Amino acid sequence: MASVMLDPLSGVAPSRPEGASITFDLSTQPLRRLNHFLHHELPEGNVRVRVTNPDGAHSIAVGVNAPIDIDIEGHAGYYAAGMNQQARITVHGNAGPAVAENMMSGRVHVKGFASVAAGASGQGGLLVIDGDASLRCGISMKGIDIVVAGSVGDFSAFMAQEGRLVVCGDAGDALGDSLYEAVIYIRGRIKSLGADAHEEPMMDRDYAQVAELLAAAGVHHDSKDFRRVGSMRGLYHWNADATQEY
Amino acid sequence: MCGIVGLLVKNPELRAQLGELMLPMLIGMSERGPESAGLAVFTEAVGAGRRKFSVYSGSATVHWAAFTQEAIRELGADTAVSVQANHAVLETAAVPQQVKAWLTKSYPHYHLLSVGQSIDLYKDTGTPGEVAARYAFSGLQGSHLVGHTRMATETAVTPERAHPFTAGEDFCLVHNGSLSNPYSVRRKLEPLGIKFETDNDTEAACRFLEWRMREGDSLDAALEKGFDVLDGFYTFLMGTRDELALVRDAFSCKPAIVAETNEYVAISSEFRSLAKLPDVKNANIFEPKPEQVYVWRA
Repeated sequence: MASVMLDPLSGVAPSRPEGASITFDLSTQPLRRLNHFLHHELPEGNVRVRVTNPDGAHSIAVGVNAPIDIDIEGHAGYYAAGMNQQARITVHGNAGPAVAENMMSGRVHVKGFASVAAGASGQGGLLVIDGDASLRCGISMKGIDIVVAGSVGDFSAFMAQEGRLVVCGDAGDALGDSLYEAVIYIRGRIKSLGADAHEEPMMDRDYAQVAELLAAAGVHHDSKDFRRVGSMRGLYHWNADATQEY
Repeated sequence: MCGIVGLLVKNPELRAQLGELMLPMLIGMSERGPESAGLAVFTEAVGAGRRKFSVYSGSATVHWAAFTQEAIRELGADTAVSVQANHAVLETAAVPQQVKAWLTKSYPHYHLLSVGQSIDLYKDTGTPGEVAARYAFSGLQGSHLVGHTRMATETAVTPERAHPFTAGEDFCLVHNGSLSNPYSVRRKLEPLGIKFETDNDTEAACRFLEWRMREGDSLDAALEKGFDVLDGFYTFLMGTRDELALVRDAFSCKPAIVAETNEYVAISSEFRSLAKLPDVKNANIFEPKPEQVYVWRA
């Protein structure tokens, strides 16, 4: 594919042969140009957008709603790929806080590590993190699938409502605190489980789901090595006798 | 919101470029802290028995020539004053009590920002770019530094409430976050004779940690006690004469990132302020873990 630069002064996207890639260099072009292009100026058909020199900028490729490929070639700051729908977005580096927050569909792949609140409130799609994820990974997830090849920090999957979090490494404190119907599969050690979370037996269906998610994420482990953490559903109803002790 | 930056050069040849390397880091945190900025730089220690005093004249009309003459008369002929805008670094063999007594008597509206054999401190209101230009940050030399850009959530926007805060000698602290129990910490320290200069929450953390070290704790041990005593949100970055230290609270809501190469250790709230450092693409980059003490030695 030919690589075509967007005119940094006029900001006009050049005419593009089918399947060409378009490069935005954030050291010379404002971020708003990139996001405006992604929201309003995408041509029909296959598009690959390269974002060079991201240098930790915030809100790169947020709110995309098209089945395109986006490569962020470096480290991203806060909220990268937030609210994504349909797009396949790869961060070839580390991601800052709340990567892929509130993702609806599509796929976000972080090749390095992710900071806090990765995939927060995500409603769909797949988030893959090759490195570790920091605290509160998958907080309040609502249907997103998250595969972390490394470990996750404290309070991961806090109040997670729906979706699956696969952790190939270890988990910190309070894993799955106040879980609803999301399910956690974990291969390594759990420092501590949160309130109302417990380990549950793995069924054939669980092994199949873990294998499917690992394959989708391109992570190689035996699904037999994973355990399941789910909700005891004890917090679904107010219990006056608990006197605030859980 | 606030921004923190720290830089320690491992290669002594880079000490001459410390300010120059740091400047894009501080400017890069302008959006996190557009209203005040400050920086403490740790230089080669002055000779035995001598100390440096960083003095801020505030908005007072500055007659540094008269100040210098009086300092030499009051504190001894070997007293030297170097001036940068409304900051001066006074180097003298006079003891801190004598210097403080003289400043209180002759310059009651001036602020004594730091005392020590290595530390120089500058802080003021204005954008990080303005403050850096005012005090020529790009020319600073030394082994390590601790900087801050402030967006106030606790207490007013004034030069003395800008960071870094200091306590004792050759110790400073900057803070991103807010403490929820600064007054209970303060009520614990004041009966011990520890005096506060502002109503700022960060000052409580700074004085608590310095008190612990004066009582014999190592910096690590003081910080471990800090995890139990200091309540709230914080990323703290601290400098001593030969150390740079970093901690985050248990919930780590306030960001921090470290980039380390064979040449330097750089710390910031966000990667975007590290992006212009030389060879940062090959640095070991990591996010510090909650309630873990990170210390680098100069």
